[in-house]
Amino acid sequence: MAGYLASEGVTATIERGAATAPVSKPASKKPTPGKRGGFLRSSNGKKVIMAVTGAVMVLFLVLHMLGNLKIFLGRDSFNEYAEALRTLLEPIAPYRTVLTILEVGLVVSVVLHMWAAISLARRARHARPVKYVAKKSQAQGYTTHIMRWGGVTILLFVIWHLLDLTFGVVNPKGYDSAPADRMIAGFDLSRWWVTLFYIVAVAMVGLHLRHGIWSMFQTLGWATRVKALRPLAALVSAVLVIGFLAPPLAVTFGVIK
Amino acid sequence: MKYTEGPEIQDTKAPSGPIEDRWEKRKFGAKLVNPANKRKLNVIVVGTGLAGGSAAATLGELGYNVKSFCYQDTPRRAHSIAAQGGINAAKNYRGDGDSIYRLFYDTVKGGDFRARESNVYRLAQVSVNIIDQAVAQGVPFAREYGGLLDTRSFGGAQVSRTFYARGQTGQQLLLGAYQALERQIAAGTVEMFTRHEMLDLIVADGRARGIIVRDMVTGEIERHVADAVVLASGGYGNVFFLSTNAKGCNTTAIWRAHERGAYFANPCYTQIHPTCIPVSGEYQSKLTLMSESLRNDGRVWVPKVAGDSRPAGEIPEADRDYYLERIYPAFGNLVPRDIASRAAKNVCDEGRGVGPGGLGVYLDFADAINRLGREAVEKKYGNLFEMYERITGENPYETPMRIYPAVHYTMGGLWVDYDLQSTIPGLFVIGEANFSDHGANRLGASALMQGLADGYFVLPTTLGDYLAAGPFGEVSDEAVAEAEIKVRTRIDRLMAVNGTRTPDSFHRELGKLMWDYCGMERTEESLRKALERIPELREEFWRDVKVSGTAEELNQVLEKAGRVADFFDLAELMCLDALIRTESCGGHFRAESQDAEGEALRDDEHFAHVSAWEFSGDGPVLHKESLEYEYVKMTQRSYK
Amino acid sequence: MNLTLRVWRQSGPSAPGKMVTYRVEEVSPDMSFLEMLDVLNERLILSGDDPVAFDHDCREGICGMCGMVINGVAHGEQRATTTCQLHMRHFEDGATITIEPWRAAPFPVVKDLVVDRSAFDRIIQAGGFVSVPAGSAPDAHSIPVRKEDADDAFDAATCIGCGACVAACPNGSASLFTAAKITHLSLLPQGQPERLTRAKAMVDQMDAEGFGGCTNTGECTAVCPKGIPLDTIAQMNSDYLKAN
Ligand SMILES: Cc1cc2nc3c(=O)[nH]c(=O)nc-3n(C[C@H](O)[C@H](O)[C@H](O)COP(=O)(O)OP(=O)(O)OC[C@H]3O[C@@H](n4cnc5c(N)ncnc54)[C@H](O)[C@@H]3O)c2cc1C
Ligand code: HEM
Ligand code: HEM
Ligand code: SF4
Ligand code: F3S
Ligand code: FES
Repeated sequence: MAGYLASEGVTATIERGAATAPVSKPASKKPTPGKRGGFLRSSNGKKVIMAVTGAVMVLFLVLHMLGNLKIFLGRDSFNEYAEALRTLLEPIAPYRTVLTILEVGLVVSVVLHMWAAISLARRARHARPVKYVAKKSQAQGYTTHIMRWGGVTILLFVIWHLLDLTFGVVNPKGYDSAPADRMIAGFDLSRWWVTLFYIVAVAMVGLHLRHGIWSMFQTLGWATRVKALRPLAALVSAVLVIGFLAPPLAVTFGVIK
Repeated sequence: MKYTEGPEIQDTKAPSGPIEDRWEKRKFGAKLVNPANKRKLNVIVVGTGLAGGSAAATLGELGYNVKSFCYQDTPRRAHSIAAQGGINAAKNYRGDGDSIYRLFYDTVKGGDFRARESNVYRLAQVSVNIIDQAVAQGVPFAREYGGLLDTRSFGGAQVSRTFYARGQTGQQLLLGAYQALERQIAAGTVEMFTRHEMLDLIVADGRARGIIVRDMVTGEIERHVADAVVLASGGYGNVFFLSTNAKGCNTTAIWRAHERGAYFANPCYTQIHPTCIPVSGEYQSKLTLMSESLRNDGRVWVPKVAGDSRPAGEIPEADRDYYLERIYPAFGNLVPRDIASRAAKNVCDEGRGVGPGGLGVYLDFADAINRLGREAVEKKYGNLFEMYERITGENPYETPMRIYPAVHYTMGGLWVDYDLQSTIPGLFVIGEANFSDHGANRLGASALMQGLADGYFVLPTTLGDYLAAGPFGEVSDEAVAEAEIKVRTRIDRLMAVNGTRTPDSFHRELGKLMWDYCGMERTEESLRKALERIPELREEFWRDVKVSGTAEELNQVLEKAGRVADFFDLAELMCLDALIRTESCGGHFRAESQDAEGEALRDDEHFAHVSAWEFSGDGPVLHKESLEYEYVKMTQRSYK
Repeated sequence: MNLTLRVWRQSGPSAPGKMVTYRVEEVSPDMSFLEMLDVLNERLILSGDDPVAFDHDCREGICGMCGMVINGVAHGEQRATTTCQLHMRHFEDGATITIEPWRAAPFPVVKDLVVDRSAFDRIIQAGGFVSVPAGSAPDAHSIPVRKEDADDAFDAATCIGCGACVAACPNGSASLFTAAKITHLSLLPQGQPERLTRAKAMVDQMDAEGFGGCTNTGECTAVCPKGIPLDTIAQMNSDYLKAN
């Protein structure tokens, strides 16, 4: 019947050093229900935070996109909108109150979102101390990578973006200009690389959300009720991508001047 | 092999009186253990299948201090997980005329009048509670649109009393028992020892007081003492090497208990299951069962003439022989297992078998697909069809399945009385490991029933009665040390041989020998041959087996070698038992004893008894327990 | 068929491991993957080497004992199939096959391809049951269950506890296993009284064992031999949220 050949010479390629998982069993052999308790410390709790903050950011993006699209109605319309944002609820509240609250909410969301993402990634690293020699994805394997690296890309983008369009630091028009001017100057054909960067970043946002929106429902436990979630998530992401890219491209190609 | 005959077994401890009242009577008569005392009483349960898992969980619930053992990495993997078809219960939810009495009647008759009436009646009574218990645990049995439980009819029964969970009934029932067990582990009443193999029984002052086990990860030999020991270690079908049993199934636990004094009853009664996937090559390591439920809709046939090598699809109706429907018009494809198996063997012996080596018959779903539609068939049997396709690479929706009989279940096992106690006081045996309720042939869907009846309901009562007299005090050190030394010596001996053949190669050879000489059909000549050959092979084994590695680590070769060694001893007893039972009954078919039509012919005058074998250094001693039938009249079984 | 196997060898829990290459010849395409390893092992034993240790029992895809990562995929590339049910006809003659154990901190390697999956038992201990002592159950027909619920519960209940989901998950999460049990019981009326405490206790235990968190990547369901759906994880999350 079958034969084999002990691998002469080919043997013992120690591919990952003394690669063993910890032998000691987890400290709590007996289940200790409730002891860990802390919702925020549980992996599920972190996911919920990620989902809720993600949802806040998605909502912001939808509004932000709608606002951006106003540029197609003319500079003034856009500037009025930007101004309205800052003067919302005036005189009841001082200039920029609501916007600041919104901004703080956003910052908190971003921070919590990142905190949850990072601590889950660390958990995952501890859960698999020895890597596979060969590993092949069987699902949409890009998701984990896209989510984590995509998230980092988005973060870098947002920093640039704020310096560019909010604070005007890296914008040719500087801080004291009208928002529409900053935008039109910022995406000028001569600064094609800025536009390109935006395209890449927004595409990342799209990918992040294509998985993220579905993932959010899954995490919050609604995925069993809402059917056809995946196509829905893809649709929302696509709308966002198109909606976001329309103004910069329009500027770059001179549709809006 | 020489044997002697000892005194008959007089008392099985079954209460007297009307059969319906006996179990009530026994329960009421059982002594109760003071709840405060229960924590002080230690019970060892070996095995976590339906029988052992349910027993350990229930004993834990009752408050005993339980230690549970299995050789797998978790109790949930016991061989019971593989049961597909279903579980019987006399619920009569269908109103089709079922009753406790009818289930009792069918089981006694199905067992070919070689089972005890009292035990079987109790089994039928308790069957009802099993379903209630399982449903309450959340076992997802099949349901009808009204939300009530669905049932189906199953091999050998004319009523629809089999409850099922798709083709995974055993899995779902076992998970129910496993979860109950894990609950007790969490509660601290049960301590679980996985990857531990029982290698000997500790008997002190005439009572079973503990076991010696090997930690299969470290190789450490451990002693565990207790007030009572329960064996639920399953069947020994793997003596044939190829069987539908899980690879790890073994006789070690019960065989070593047998060597310590527990009688071994009816070792020759083995069940050959008619619907298994045929062997495809000599490397084959196990056989896969296709659930018997397939026979509800599939039709069994072979070509009419020998040597017809056309593919199934090209053989016209006129050239097909639906032999079960032809020979047994009343039951057709649903005849009991022993009958279906032998019929398949007969047509293959006539040269009409199909597939490689001519060892197979067709199980055809073409009619069912026409009648019910492919979708309905898929719903009912989808997972089984998939399994078949995965193994054979053939699509059963298009070409008929090929099936062939394979060893499946062992009705024999350690002898127990009505209380499930063996001949060693304090040693209880439940589930497939005992011999009790199926006589010479087990009906489909009744092993699950028996295992759970024993574990959830019968044992907890009768064991309590025994333990009421406990705790039994310290166990003498000598008894424990003696057992431990015996185990160590045996392991050392296996390690020391260092020969040239693997344990598996011996196992294969033994299995083939058993299948050829002590399989579906046995003759005086074949059995004598086997009895001659087994000792030679065993001698060769102890001279030439090769166990690699050391005994102080996870060593699957050593585990295997130990089991094969026990199979040799058991095989010999099986052949002897088969040799002296010159009648045919149920799964035991002696070619010399058949009627004009080739059906099994019982010899009630000489063999209406249980053969219980006592181990002894100079050849086994036979004790008979005679069987009386007050309620079901002994008749020749007929399914025509 | 002739094959080259690269197999993870590790003599004990704390020993270093390594990939070792073997050649196996004259493999029949009708062999199962484990039978192919049996052939290798028979030869290894005879030559005095240690055979490759791997877990298996039923060899028919139901006990959940077998499992190895074959060419980077838990249980091999054929979908909905356990390692024992995988047949060599799915491999090409001359192929090189990489075989590794499940990799996860809560599943420490015991030897070669054998890992310790007792963490799963402890997750069940935390609450994966209905508390109903033997003998106390009402008549089975007193609890009707909608057929759809019974069927969905069944789909979740078919989990065999093999651990492939953990092995495949990029986060080493046991969510699919845990969710399968939570879903099975939470869809049935019998499971209601303990529904929320069960979800909380089981998820917390999963964390305590050191499994990763789920980021919904879906690798688990793709390799699950029983096709346990991701919906179960949503169900688990929902019960867990309600419990907090
Ligand atoms: C494929 C198949 C399908 C079947 N289908 C049906 C069906 O549809 N209906 C039906 O009623 N019956 C069916 N049966 C029969 C039925 O499954 C078994 O008879 C029954 O499950 C046996 O249960 P058990 O608890 O006695 O033993 P098992 O489930 O075999 O459990 C044995 C236990 O003992 C342990 N053990 C064994 N030896 C040792 C040792 N030396 N040391 C420590 N632990 C040990 C094992 O770890 C295991 O936990 C089927 C059997 C097979 C093979
Ligand atoms: C590509 C198209 C985009 C354009 C043209 C655009 C334009 C702008 C402009 C003009 C502002 C300044 C508004 C103001 O100061 O009133 C702004 C602010 C901001 N944008 Fe964008 N944006 C785009 C995409 C994005 C994306 C993809 C994100 C996030 C991922 C984002 C996040 C923000 C944030 C966080 C602010 C600050 C909001 C605030 O301070 O209130 N933007 N954007
Ligand atoms: C600023 C815009 C962002 C938006 C709108 C956003 C949105 C979302 C949403 C909706 C989810 C799904 C939550 C869930 O799984 O339940 C998600 C997941 C995630 N986000 Fe973000 N996110 C943003 C930024 C970031 C950043 C900056 C990072 C990283 C540093 C990041 C990393 C992740 C990760 C790792 C996940 C989890 C992946 C997963 O669930 O599969 N995101 N995000
Ligand atoms: S969920 Fe699937 S992969 Fe995970 S343990 Fe259960 S059966 Fe295995
Ligand atoms: S692969 Fe892992 S990330 Fe979640 S969906 Fe499955 S557990
Ligand atoms: S050996 Fe049981 S599932 Fe593979």
